[in-house]
Amino acid sequence: MIFRQAWHIFWKDLLMEWRSKQTISSMLIFAIMVVVVFAFAFQPTRELTKAVFPGMVWVAFVFSGILGLNRAFVSEKQQDCLMGLIMAPLDRSSIYFGKVLGTVFLMGFIELVALPLFFIFFDYRVQGSLLLLVLVIFLGTLGFATVGTFLAALAANARSSELLLPLILFPILVPVLIASVKATGIVLTGGEIKELMSWIRVLGVYDLIFMIVPFLLFEYVLEV
Amino acid sequence: MEPKKKTVHGIIAWITCLLMLASIYGIFIYSPMEKVMREVQKIFYVHVGVAWNAALAFLVVLVASIMYLRTKDLKWDRLGLASGEIGVLFTTLVLVTGPIWGKSAWNTWWTWEPRLTSTLVLWFIYLAYFLVRGAVAETHRKATLSAVFGIIGFCNIPIVYFSIHLWRLSHPVVFGPSGGGLHPMMLHALIMTVFAFTFLYLYLMQKALYIENSRQELESIKSALRERLD
Repeated sequence: MIFRQAWHIFWKDLLMEWRSKQTISSMLIFAIMVVVVFAFAFQPTRELTKAVFPGMVWVAFVFSGILGLNRAFVSEKQQDCLMGLIMAPLDRSSIYFGKVLGTVFLMGFIELVALPLFFIFFDYRVQGSLLLLVLVIFLGTLGFATVGTFLAALAANARSSELLLPLILFPILVPVLIASVKATGIVLTGGEIKELMSWIRVLGVYDLIFMIVPFLLFEYVLEV
Repeated sequence: MEPKKKTVHGIIAWITCLLMLASIYGIFIYSPMEKVMREVQKIFYVHVGVAWNAALAFLVVLVASIMYLRTKDLKWDRLGLASGEIGVLFTTLVLVTGPIWGKSAWNTWWTWEPRLTSTLVLWFIYLAYFLVRGAVAETHRKATLSAVFGIIGFCNIPIVYFSIHLWRLSHPVVFGPSGGGLHPMMLHALIMTVFAFTFLYLYLMQKALYIENSRQELESIKSALRERLD
């Protein structure tokens, strides 16, 4: 039931995005620009740059992800759409899960475009398995989306939510950032699978906790 | 201030004052000098004293946040605010005193060691708590949102600590002497200092709550006056 409703919310957002293409285009352009800025900031051909490659990738993902999150609930404020959603015969948490799904989808699209660009511009050769890379990026993105969507809903109540969101989001994101960057680094260099598993476990636990806690608290964020 | 409240404030103030003097005596005269670090080691007592109370303060924020969401009583919100403010102050002191000790013990001001890094993240989380409070104007909305953030922030701390611990595992850091081999007299001084700072916490808390309550009262008087004049 709740998944069906969440799916409808997700579909509505997707349709809206498809018609305006406003958020996704700015996210995409931003992500590509970050790639270029990093190419200017660090010599793309140097060995040292290979070592910070996973960090660069995640900075690009997270920063463009914040652009998308800023729109997730602020866009619902126009014409009192959020009020409409609250009054609709829906489970409140389905709004949350629908938005999480939307964020994961948008970021997944950006990652699909930006990551190959990173590989091309930095002449980076992947040594590990691509399947594991997809898994790590998915788990990292999910963690980002669960916390990010919840805090975006929280920040949407504030006067200057675009200003507030990054400041309250980054301290909470610390575990995801560390785990994603480390796990991505291990996968890309074909490192030890045992070490990788411990990071994947951190990501899994984080995703789980920050799906349950917002699920319990989301009601309070909306009711005000 | 009501006379009864005033007495309580006075008693806590005097206890804090006496405990502080006693702990200063304990730190500088009673406890023996550390062999290697000499006088610099003395800051360790203050460091642990404030660190312990910062943790206490944030625990109180968590409890107050949960209680506010359950009861919607603004007194819990004021408790969370007061405790959070003192917690941020104490965490700042931890982050200031820590490097002073570290410079002498580890020969570096800062290392990205789990406890240090987690404390820094903790500090950011509770600064964010105040940013949430500052960004929302309406009282009940502000209370609800900051309570939600107080809970989220606290849930995050164990994961932060664990992930940073794992992050640094591949780069072992050599630890200086801490906790384990403490001289009994040093331990006495330490316990005394922790108590002194706990009472300082209580004292500051009383004052902060009193100020917040007065502000609330003033607001209601103002709005009552406005209603009458309109």
